[in-house]
Amino acid sequence: MSASDVFIEPTSRGVNILKSATPILVGIALAVAIQFLLPSTVGPYYSRLVIDAGIAMILAVSLNIVNGMTGQFSIGHAGFMTIGAYTAGSITFYSSLLIWGTAAKHGSFLGSGEWMFVIACLCGGITASIAGFVVGLPSLRLRGDYLAIVTLGFGEILRVVLQQTGKVVDNAETIRNAPLTTFATVPVGGAIGFDGIPKYTTLFWVYAFLAITVIFAYRLKRSSFGRAMLSVREDEIAAQAMGINTSRQKLLAFITAAFFAGVGGGLLAHESGVIISPKDAGFQRSFDYVIMTVLGGRGSITGVMLAAILLSALPEVLRDFERYRIIIYAALLIFMMLSRPQGLFGIHEIWDFFPKSWKTLPWKKSPREEAQ
Amino acid sequence: MADFLQTLMTALAIGSLYALIALGYTMVYGVLKFINFAHSDIVVLGAWLSYSFAIRALPLVGLDAHNPTTPPPIWMTAGIFVAVLALCSLAGFLIERLAYRPLRRAPRLNVLITAIGVSLLLQNVGQLDFVFGASPQKMPALLPNWELLRIPFGQGESIRYVVLPLIDCIIFAVSGLLMLALELLIFRTKFGTALRAVSFNTDFAALMGIPVDRAISLTFMLGSALAGAAGFLYVLKFPSMNQPAHSVWVLLGLKAFVAAVVGGIGNVRGAVLGGFIIAFVEQFGAYYISSNYRDVYVFSLLILILLIKPTGLLGSPVREKV
Repeated sequence: MSASDVFIEPTSRGVNILKSATPILVGIALAVAIQFLLPSTVGPYYSRLVIDAGIAMILAVSLNIVNGMTGQFSIGHAGFMTIGAYTAGSITFYSSLLIWGTAAKHGSFLGSGEWMFVIACLCGGITASIAGFVVGLPSLRLRGDYLAIVTLGFGEILRVVLQQTGKVVDNAETIRNAPLTTFATVPVGGAIGFDGIPKYTTLFWVYAFLAITVIFAYRLKRSSFGRAMLSVREDEIAAQAMGINTSRQKLLAFITAAFFAGVGGGLLAHESGVIISPKDAGFQRSFDYVIMTVLGGRGSITGVMLAAILLSALPEVLRDFERYRIIIYAALLIFMMLSRPQGLFGIHEIWDFFPKSWKTLPWKKSPREEAQ
Repeated sequence: MADFLQTLMTALAIGSLYALIALGYTMVYGVLKFINFAHSDIVVLGAWLSYSFAIRALPLVGLDAHNPTTPPPIWMTAGIFVAVLALCSLAGFLIERLAYRPLRRAPRLNVLITAIGVSLLLQNVGQLDFVFGASPQKMPALLPNWELLRIPFGQGESIRYVVLPLIDCIIFAVSGLLMLALELLIFRTKFGTALRAVSFNTDFAALMGIPVDRAISLTFMLGSALAGAAGFLYVLKFPSMNQPAHSVWVLLGLKAFVAAVVGGIGNVRGAVLGGFIIAFVEQFGAYYISSNYRDVYVFSLLILILLIKPTGLLGSPVREKV
């Protein structure tokens, strides 16, 4: 932070609100632009890739709150994502069946079906954050490798439990007449996965949620909470000595990260061509997000986003790559740890590498110059 | 009663496998203070090497490699066992030398991430066509499938037998001998003293003239040899082998790790105790409650132990210093 940031201009309340809302408005405008311009220029195949990259970015940025900013090591992030996916998916699937009689997509852009989908995604986030709280609790007593194992165990347990769930009930009449015991089996598809969720996920919603996630993460990082998290990462004992409630910071990190992972899971569940299944909760998928955070830089939001884009694009660049994908990821991970353990960007954001002259607009004086 | 005894015997055999694997985790943790995630892949390596050796060695004595009618001569089985042990300890040595030694002074988290990287690398390289391939295989029998004991329980229609197969005895005996050898090595020899010194305080051990790097290399080699032995015995007991990156192997490694934590990580005797506890919880839970949730019991036990006594049953509390 440079000295100019500290200088506070006396401004009116309305201007302040407008200023703080600007990034999110810009983000949503961008999402609208992507929604209406991208598919017509690059075609459906690449649009789908852009959706995948967006969801990967939401997950990587949220994992970065735990792994990068707070310095914990969670390898169960896909577990939170899956909880969100199943929650959101069952909400839209069963409510659509009950309200409209069919689980197909209902309404057009920003229509009633889409709003139900948004609410479902948020509910997915909430259930995931409850799970985040439960998984975060052991982190108060464990550190480093133990925590990694607990989060890994959480993902595996979730996978096993989801495999035991009941068959999907896909008929409105059956649901109305079914005895309550049908729902005791949690009808979300068992081992074969949850098929038939309406496909609401569009570029707009993915990028709107991404904008919210990124702006939240960035502001968190600059807030007192975020700084407390960073201090836990740097040295837990020293942070405690400085009066930081490290337990609370760690729990908060887990809860927020799980919330956004749950939202990302909701988006994934409603993506066309995706059938969520218990396998998603396993550690292989968690590992994909871990490598994004490690590669991007621990704590660097833009770095992690860049890594997420790169790693989502890699399989497309290298055809017949699937077999070697994990090998390359693993080799990359080892190589990074041996040569540049702080990740590509370290703790910096992408604009920290720009020349200084780019950061201030030429016609705008810095507050300090104005004061003089 | 019959079911109880049968479950008990299975639990003892599987428990000794967990204990063998857990010893490797606990020894590495003892000296380097990090979880060697790649340890479970050494078990996989041991299992698949046993398979590769077996299908190449069986034709030499005129047996069908995939469906031998009789087991091969005992020297061949023993030879495969020794070769697997040797190659696994070589793999352990190389992993430590190439991936972990450059990170000796790095933060623990970096070493952990590297270990996960090594683990995934080994798994997926193992899946390549020119290594072990990505399809499940059936391990040919290397031991006669004798039943040492067959005790009847009950009468008439409801008669049940408790069967003690040879392989369970061999697993129990071989792991018991290996653990005894390790125990003697660690507590009765000069090398063991050096090892314990390194584990206690690496810097001071170095000041006392102990070659720390060599001790750590040897720890890895010992642990990996035990893991290789566990892999060999595992496929003799369960001949249907999954491909190297299958989650069954990962879970096997994780359960052994849980065993090490339950017993108190860094404590050699604790690892053995933990291995048996985990096997008992898993087998009896699977038999008496529901076999669908067998992994859930193990992980619940882990979380319980970590919340109640994070240092494990036999572990000593570690005070944190600034």
